[in-house]
Amino acid sequence: MTHRHERTLNIGALARVEGEGAMQVRVAGDRVEEILLNIYEPPRFFEAFLRGRAYTEPPDITSRICGICPVAYQMSACRAVESACGVAVDGPLGDLRRLMYCGEWISSHALHIYLLHAPDFLGYPSAVEMARAYRPLVERGLELKKTGNAIIELLGGRAIHPVNVRVGGFHRVPTPRELRGLVPGLRRALEDALATVRWVAGFDFPDLTFDHEFLALTGEEYPLERGTPRTTTGAAFEVADFEDEVAEYQVPHSTALHSRLVHGGRYLTGPLARFALNRDRLSPLAHEAAADAGLGHECRNPFQSIVVRAVEIVHAVEEALRVIASYEPPPPYVPVRARAGRGHGATEAPRGLLYHRYDLDGEGLLTSARIVPPTSQNQAAIEEDLRRLVQDRLDLDDAALTSACERTIRSYDPCISCAAHFLDLKVVRS
Amino acid sequence: MAPKLAVWKFASCDGCQLTLLDCEDELLTLAGEVEIAHFLEASSAVTEGPYDVSLVEGSISTPADAERIKEVRRISRRLVTIGACATAGGIQALRNFADVEEYRSVVYARPEYVATLAESTPISAHVPVDFELRGCPIDRGQLLEVLSAYLAGRRPGIPNHPVCFECKMRGNVCVMVAHGTPCLGPVTHTGCGAICPAYGRGCYGCFGPSARPNTGSLKTWLGDIGLARPEMDRMFATFNVTAFTEVPDDPPA
Repeated sequence: MTHRHERTLNIGALARVEGEGAMQVRVAGDRVEEILLNIYEPPRFFEAFLRGRAYTEPPDITSRICGICPVAYQMSACRAVESACGVAVDGPLGDLRRLMYCGEWISSHALHIYLLHAPDFLGYPSAVEMARAYRPLVERGLELKKTGNAIIELLGGRAIHPVNVRVGGFHRVPTPRELRGLVPGLRRALEDALATVRWVAGFDFPDLTFDHEFLALTGEEYPLERGTPRTTTGAAFEVADFEDEVAEYQVPHSTALHSRLVHGGRYLTGPLARFALNRDRLSPLAHEAAADAGLGHECRNPFQSIVVRAVEIVHAVEEALRVIASYEPPPPYVPVRARAGRGHGATEAPRGLLYHRYDLDGEGLLTSARIVPPTSQNQAAIEEDLRRLVQDRLDLDDAALTSACERTIRSYDPCISCAAHFLDLKVVRS
Repeated sequence: MAPKLAVWKFASCDGCQLTLLDCEDELLTLAGEVEIAHFLEASSAVTEGPYDVSLVEGSISTPADAERIKEVRRISRRLVTIGACATAGGIQALRNFADVEEYRSVVYARPEYVATLAESTPISAHVPVDFELRGCPIDRGQLLEVLSAYLAGRRPGIPNHPVCFECKMRGNVCVMVAHGTPCLGPVTHTGCGAICPAYGRGCYGCFGPSARPNTGSLKTWLGDIGLARPEMDRMFATFNVTAFTEVPDDPPA
């Protein structure tokens, strides 16, 4: 029995994601022919205009790729420049960087959980609408977000495009007293974060399991501002080998480049990957919260990423409190002298591994730049998940199917501004 | 009926519209005063226009966007541009001084898949704009001031003097006079709260030129403290490159 009728579903301008994109699904009869995650955000050509800039400039310039995760760009940029110049920034300055990064994780994850993702589970178009019925919950989310931003504002000067990060460290480091001022807010945030895990763990999750490889940084601690890339099949490689291990390729329907593992295939980076590869390095309360929430050794349902994000907020808050407790102000920066060479930097942005590579000439000017953001790495995996989702639900009408696709995309917290460009969802059925 | 607010995005990083969501203490109150009728980053419910106030983020850099902004203008009673991309073309306007074809081939293996214009231009180059809010990113307090002003039917009270005023009011030591640190504060539009000097670095001009900027004089100063010409040029060629390029080096009349 074949109904060889063609269906096309189009989603124009996906909502509650960062940036601009669309999706097109083409179905012929009972088979999904094509899924295109169409990232049409205009290209901005950062890698081109970085050439000729001074080695001190990438932290300020690349933060402008993404207003949601500017700290991630600043951290990967600093690490890449420092590695080109043969300098390692660790110890107390590394701890301060991690603290600032914790602020971004708390703020970005709270934004995604409460304002972008939770409305899907509770059946509202936005957090503002959701607040009419669940005001205390939305207020808790906003308060968490504010606590994360307070860390970035103190260490960075402002929450979006912070000004205080420089190659080698910071322009100015905080006094212990200033840092202690964050503690009451963080203590409250710890309670709120644990309550968030309990809340989202009780959501009703659609059934979808994927089999992608995971890629995340690993090391002695749960990865934020440093680590060694590793995949679930066990292969670890140096950050400097990233471009040999991960191939970028272009597809006609996206202004963001796709990625695949040279020795594997499509893969996923982000909270689910970090959790699968680093679960035992979570802070004590985060580890316990993950177990109580029923997360096993890994989680392969994209919709449950909201639980992992909540667990990561617990970790980031506990880690922030730990750094503050042992803080003694270091000199604000390590001097970094420019030299000709190539440097690589990888850190864990809220949405996953963010890689930067720069080549410097003897004058300290950039001769080339490569930036691989998490969302572009995840595009192939997201498209594959959508294919499976649609294939299993072809009996749904177009409206229901379109909405299921949008929810799936949202569960990855795609940052299309980062990837290059956002989403117009189209489903074509033939 | 509550006034309708719309938020639009063109080529940008999302940071300026995120500033609205970063008003954690005011967001729900604001949502009680206005109908958030079109704000894709925050809501999947869209109410049709016309809109009382449209906030526009981002620059025009593709043929499709050059058409889309005309439609946004048509359905907006007040159109306020937010941030350096929308008011000056943003950092992506560095292409205006380069060969965009070469740029495209550096980033993309198959440049023919990617549609782009040779220049990244501010919204005001395409449609009339009612108010321009500066900054990379915009300041939360200034955003709330503009929204409050339009809700109350008055003009926004946004000063256009240089960062130096704010810096003095904040009680900062002048980083250029005291430490010889290059600073664009004397010619940069106020609004950020003089954050950079407060953190011991020079202003890097993310709010663009102030009213009547004397960049010629500042360049002499920068030269006197030892800044070489290429470094000086790079300082002005960032997030508001087109706006600073248009400023003559002669002292303002």
